Amino acid sequence: MFAFTRKTRVGTAAAALALAVTLVATGCSGGSAGGSAGGDGGGGNLAITFLPKNLGNPYFETSNKGGEEAITEFGGTFEQVGPSEATPTSQVQYIQTAAQQGVGGLVISANDPSAICDALDEARSAGVKVVTFDSDTDAKCRDLFINQATAEGIAKAQVDLISEQIGDSGQVAILSAAANATNQNTWIELMKKDLTANHPNIELVDVVYGDDDDQTSFDRTAALLQTYPNLKGIVSPTTVGIAAAGRYLSTSAFKGKVALTGLGTPNQLREYVQDGTITSFALWNPADLGYLSAYATKALIDGTITGKEGDSFEAGKLGTFTVGADATVLLGDPFVFTKENIGDFDF
Amino acid sequence: MTSTTVDERARTYRAHARPFWRRAVLTREAAIIGILLLVIFVSLATVRNFDSPLTVTYLLRDIAPILLIALPMTLIIITEEIDLSVASIVGLSSVTVGVLTQAGWPFELAGLAAIVVGVVAGAVNGFLVTVVGLPSLAVTIGTLALFRGIAVGLLGTEAVTEFPETWTDLAKANIPGTPLPLIMIPFAVLAIVFAVLLHLTPFGRSLYAIGLNKEAAQFSGIDVGRTKFVLFVMSGAVSGFAGVYFTLLYSNARGENAMGMELQVIAAVLLGGVSIFGGRGALHGVVAGVLLIGTLGSALRLAGVTSDIINVITGLLLVLSVVSASLLAWLQGRRAAAAGKRKNARSVASTASV
Amino acid sequence: MSTATPVRPGTSPAAKLVSHVATARESGIVLALVLIIVVATLNNPTFLFSSDGFRDLLLTPSLLLLVAVGQAIVIITRNVDLSVGSVVGLTAYLTGRLFIDVPGLPLVVVFIAGIVVGGILGFVNGALVAYAKVPALVITLGTMYIYRGINVAWAGSNRVNASDLPGSFRDLGTGQVLGIPLLTILAVVVLIAAAWYLRNLRSGRELYAIGSDPAAAHLYGLKVNRRIIGAFVTSGALAGLAGVLYAARYGTVASNAGFGWELQAIGAAVIGGVAISGGVGTVWGAAIGAYLLLTINRALPILGIDDFWQRAVVGALILGAIVLDRVLAVRQSRKLTAERETGR
Repeated sequence: MFAFTRKTRVGTAAAALALAVTLVATGCSGGSAGGSAGGDGGGGNLAITFLPKNLGNPYFETSNKGGEEAITEFGGTFEQVGPSEATPTSQVQYIQTAAQQGVGGLVISANDPSAICDALDEARSAGVKVVTFDSDTDAKCRDLFINQATAEGIAKAQVDLISEQIGDSGQVAILSAAANATNQNTWIELMKKDLTANHPNIELVDVVYGDDDDQTSFDRTAALLQTYPNLKGIVSPTTVGIAAAGRYLSTSAFKGKVALTGLGTPNQLREYVQDGTITSFALWNPADLGYLSAYATKALIDGTITGKEGDSFEAGKLGTFTVGADATVLLGDPFVFTKENIGDFDF
Repeated sequence: MTSTTVDERARTYRAHARPFWRRAVLTREAAIIGILLLVIFVSLATVRNFDSPLTVTYLLRDIAPILLIALPMTLIIITEEIDLSVASIVGLSSVTVGVLTQAGWPFELAGLAAIVVGVVAGAVNGFLVTVVGLPSLAVTIGTLALFRGIAVGLLGTEAVTEFPETWTDLAKANIPGTPLPLIMIPFAVLAIVFAVLLHLTPFGRSLYAIGLNKEAAQFSGIDVGRTKFVLFVMSGAVSGFAGVYFTLLYSNARGENAMGMELQVIAAVLLGGVSIFGGRGALHGVVAGVLLIGTLGSALRLAGVTSDIINVITGLLLVLSVVSASLLAWLQGRRAAAAGKRKNARSVASTASV
Repeated sequence: MSTATPVRPGTSPAAKLVSHVATARESGIVLALVLIIVVATLNNPTFLFSSDGFRDLLLTPSLLLLVAVGQAIVIITRNVDLSVGSVVGLTAYLTGRLFIDVPGLPLVVVFIAGIVVGGILGFVNGALVAYAKVPALVITLGTMYIYRGINVAWAGSNRVNASDLPGSFRDLGTGQVLGIPLLTILAVVVLIAAAWYLRNLRSGRELYAIGSDPAAAHLYGLKVNRRIIGAFVTSGALAGLAGVLYAARYGTVASNAGFGWELQAIGAAVIGGVAISGGVGTVWGAAIGAYLLLTINRALPILGIDDFWQRAVVGALILGAIVLDRVLAVRQSRKLTAERETGR
């Protein structure tokens, strides 16, 4: 058994050759994966990488498209990367790769407010501008945060929708995304406050987590309906969750009896609005969010703004925006979709 | 009379039939090291930004847990056992650190407790394999689920992300003046310890004996049960330590941490020339195997290739390496059979000619 | 004077049948399953006595059942197949893509495509295990990576949405016949076919022989390679079928479909009495094991236990099952040795 010798080397040398050819091929075609960094360092590096919570999420596909449109407009290079599951640990590797590649800007929707901070700080010391959008991190580890709407506004919109749909009294539950997601947790806290203060007859019985995974959210909805037979409403502040819940609810005996609302994309929910499972839901335009984030990153890269409160910059077709407190830029207000207007949108 | 003296004169031991340099260089381990060097050179030449010092730092920091766990895993596979629960022990120790730190324990104690948890987990594995006599594949599939389940059950989908900065900075710091991360020091120490244990002690020699023929080893006086128990405990302890490091590196203690890592460890170990049938293997090949997978991943990621292709390549390498070993064994067998036939024909011819 | 031989108690055929059924492993886990359902229903009657509850109880495990049956067949031959989860994901995505890219495709064609692709993927495993003589653990570890990687690379960040699939296909996932979901009926039919094959056909019995002692089987003249390849092809084909049904049931297929199913399937088989060292066990056991595992998952929240503990329960059950197997095997061998010694 110790005499594997010459033939081993021949066999493994052939494997090595194949490997080397693969590497050379991919190395030469590395540019085809979405863009190479054009020029290193300095204020002219408009290579921007988008790193959403996870890939395979229609919400982020739309925001990535918006970002790509903006970047093409101002002549930068766009790249999108992301993990397949929405965990902070998996985002760290992509942050590190972006830092190694020396990109100009990294636009990220964070899976956890503090876990990726160290990686982001390392990227910033390598010269990368870090902009968070949709889901923030601690303010000290990013340069700018692009918020889709005020957290209070988003929370209030959803509470108003559900209370309207269940007659302002009864049991409700929340189907969220990942347990550590910054944005969902902020909204959930505000929703709880709003419910206690303004809707004393509504009881929040449970918050379950679907991890932004379709099957998990589907199964969690089934479990919710079974564990709480008197449930009257489900609020799902995540597009993946509300789509999965809608799919389960529309084939279940509870269709029409349990109200479902939250944040969702029109394309995913059109079917359920039309068959009556969902009456109305809210969102903003993710494409606009991505578009604005890209322009904000460009403004940071070429020095137009530094993230200080009061800085202002141009964002193409969306107009002028000003940086608010905590280096935050606000996109606008949430929008309510109903049966009447859902046909007007395509995302 | 002449035929017998010819046979007696040329009595060499097959293992030492070749000169030392050939024995050292023309081995599976050398082949893997050769491929590693090849990959490094090709990456340096073709992948942009590969030559930055950040690459080495990130690469070594990320694969450090796999490097650490591959050391005791090598020893376990040499004895023809396997331990699939290592990643779950990493997760469990990570959760232990998180839960205890959140409860207010000083981090040093929490880390130590996590390593103790790893030792206990390894002991459970060892007990079931040696005392109860169950196959290690079945046991470690069960403990893989059990330990991961306990880890997830303790924290749910929450994650503990607040750790003392001195410790998280320590986990990410480099050896001053080099791009090598600090974790390489404990790794180097452990690697030397394991190498000495494996190649220079009777304990280590007994592992090869157990792997080649368990019954013969038992009859020659080796306490097979105790040896295997010690190996599983070592694996649990190192996994516990890797779990503490992992938690600090990502500032994140979650039940799902390091999910799937056991497969990367086993793939790297098998790639490094350790035979799954036991009785053969060396640590330098394993280290090269881990570095190979890590370097490939890093180079491909920098080149913009998605992580799925990296997984495909890892799987292909694994399958190719074990299939090629089998193929070569078969070819060797054929060659020996053919040589035997030729020798037979010659001796028949010589006796016939007498 | 008549000399009737006295009948020893416990040796009549009826008594033997009763004792055989009572001590069968399968009876034990059926009992455990019934117990769990009873306890959960006592806590919350909708667990069983509501149309949704009853339907979900039968429906959700039926996909895992298919995979567990295939896994049991492979484990009986003393091998293991870790790639089934990736095969399910790949065929589920293939199903979606076929419907999207080739509109108007008959359902039957899609089913056949899924099963055939699964079978081919299984054939790769079987051929490597049989001819390269490498442990199945290692081969299927590698193919698990490879198939999943191909799946993710092909899907990219796309996914198949429920609205892309034709309504008739999705109705399969939710349709019922006399209150029993169609998917469950399909799975049970496959189960009965597999059980009949393993028990009554020679090639099925040979699988047990190969698992008990591969060297003896080879010397006896059994076509070991062919049977092993057949077992892996079956496992792959069943996983392919499960993938098609996954698309029907869940509608949305992302690139992580089927992730982790291989361990669930192995757990279900082991709990159901299929020994990991081969040669023992039935597909009935694996099927009941699959039901047990997933019913525990649904029952835990009803009983007030966070369903995060489900994996720990599964792990404990697997360990308990293999320890029990070992204890019984040791007792059996001691009994046989004693019988041999006393010359009975």
